[in-house]
Amino acid sequence: MIAPAQSLVIVGSGLAAWTVVRELRKLDAHTPITLVTRDNGDFYSKPMLSNALSSGKTAAQLVSATSAAMAEQHGVKLMAHTEVTAIDPVACTISTSQGAVAYSRLVLALGADAVRLSLQGDAADQVLSVNDLQDYAAFRERLQGARRVTVIGAGLIGCEFANDLIAAGYEVDVVDPGTQPLGRLLPTEAGRLLQQALSQAGVRFYFGTSVQAIHAKPQGLQAELADGQRLDTDVVLSAVGLRPRLALAQAAGLQTARGIAVNRQLQTSQPDIYALGDVAEVDGQCLPYVMPLMQAARTLAAHLAGQPVTLRYPAMPVVVKTPALAVVVAPPAAGSSGQWQIEAGTGGLDARFVAGDGALLGFVLTGKAASQKAILQKTLPAVLA
Amino acid sequence: MKVWQCIVCGFTYDEAQGIPEDGIAAGTRFEDIPEDWECPDCGVAKADFEMVEIG
Repeated sequence: MIAPAQSLVIVGSGLAAWTVVRELRKLDAHTPITLVTRDNGDFYSKPMLSNALSSGKTAAQLVSATSAAMAEQHGVKLMAHTEVTAIDPVACTISTSQGAVAYSRLVLALGADAVRLSLQGDAADQVLSVNDLQDYAAFRERLQGARRVTVIGAGLIGCEFANDLIAAGYEVDVVDPGTQPLGRLLPTEAGRLLQQALSQAGVRFYFGTSVQAIHAKPQGLQAELADGQRLDTDVVLSAVGLRPRLALAQAAGLQTARGIAVNRQLQTSQPDIYALGDVAEVDGQCLPYVMPLMQAARTLAAHLAGQPVTLRYPAMPVVVKTPALAVVVAPPAAGSSGQWQIEAGTGGLDARFVAGDGALLGFVLTGKAASQKAILQKTLPAVLA
Repeated sequence: MKVWQCIVCGFTYDEAQGIPEDGIAAGTRFEDIPEDWECPDCGVAKADFEMVEIG
């Protein structure tokens, strides 16, 4: 098997993979690109998965371009429904369910798996998570005829789904061992406001406890909580975080930590193998959000096109898609020293994390105050300078 | 006036509203926004936006 002098192989077909393709083609029309993906490779907006129900969107309607159309438009050889089973960094080949593929440079855009809690009960296998378009299609199917949904986890995805489900007319229970929604992102005051807004919309929260078991009942399911409460329900959705898909990289001897470790050219410990998106850990940071992924894809495309570039992350506030209460959060960097200065008015909450010298290091804005995002964002320090 | 939607994150740009706090006045047509403009929520390039129907 003889590979072209320069052949780029990309594994994955999520936003990270397709954005690298799109950005690279803006700079380089000719390098052969092969995209290998285990699903069908259609291009869709993943962030919209957690707010598509109330707008009545089917999985098919979320596809903005089929993989065939994307491949044609960008001159990509598409290997869909193809599982990658191994990487040989010495021979520069990958093994796949369709045979070996040689690369001169390899991009791993493998994404992350939804974390699954180990639960007891005879219906524990009924728990769903929505981490891709197929999951979303299955979720919609299960919601047919359902009335009650239990959401495990009150983090970003859990809160977004809770809001979307309540807006779509379901009864929603949210269970989380913490004390407030978005506990890892929001100071108490902001968390309380979000809890109030979602509660007013009809969401019931169960904090300080966790789901232990899911039981089958004649009329649906029952979630058994650690504190003994039992919630009758029809559908259980788990939203307790993401875990980068490391198995391929680890088996190939690439350096990994929480994600596949890469430098600011997105290079793994094998310089001709790259990683980006939810699977990658850049300079010690795993940031499974769209904005960092887009920055990484652009930097990687420029690097692959031969430009001397270094990944930089600007300040990247996260917009939480909870229509019950607009929330924008730019968390201060881990270990920052400073204090929250919080102003709560009728228009919303304006919480700023300020250093001793007065510099703004992070913020949380809710309600009408969310419109301050663009202005405040400009004064925040870069996440990766 | 039209409404445009980011194909990546769903952010909508309503020409009638503009984004005054980001220096884009109400009534600014999408084609008149600078080419290096990016989606404020996800950073996608202007070229990767799409137009959607107003409901």
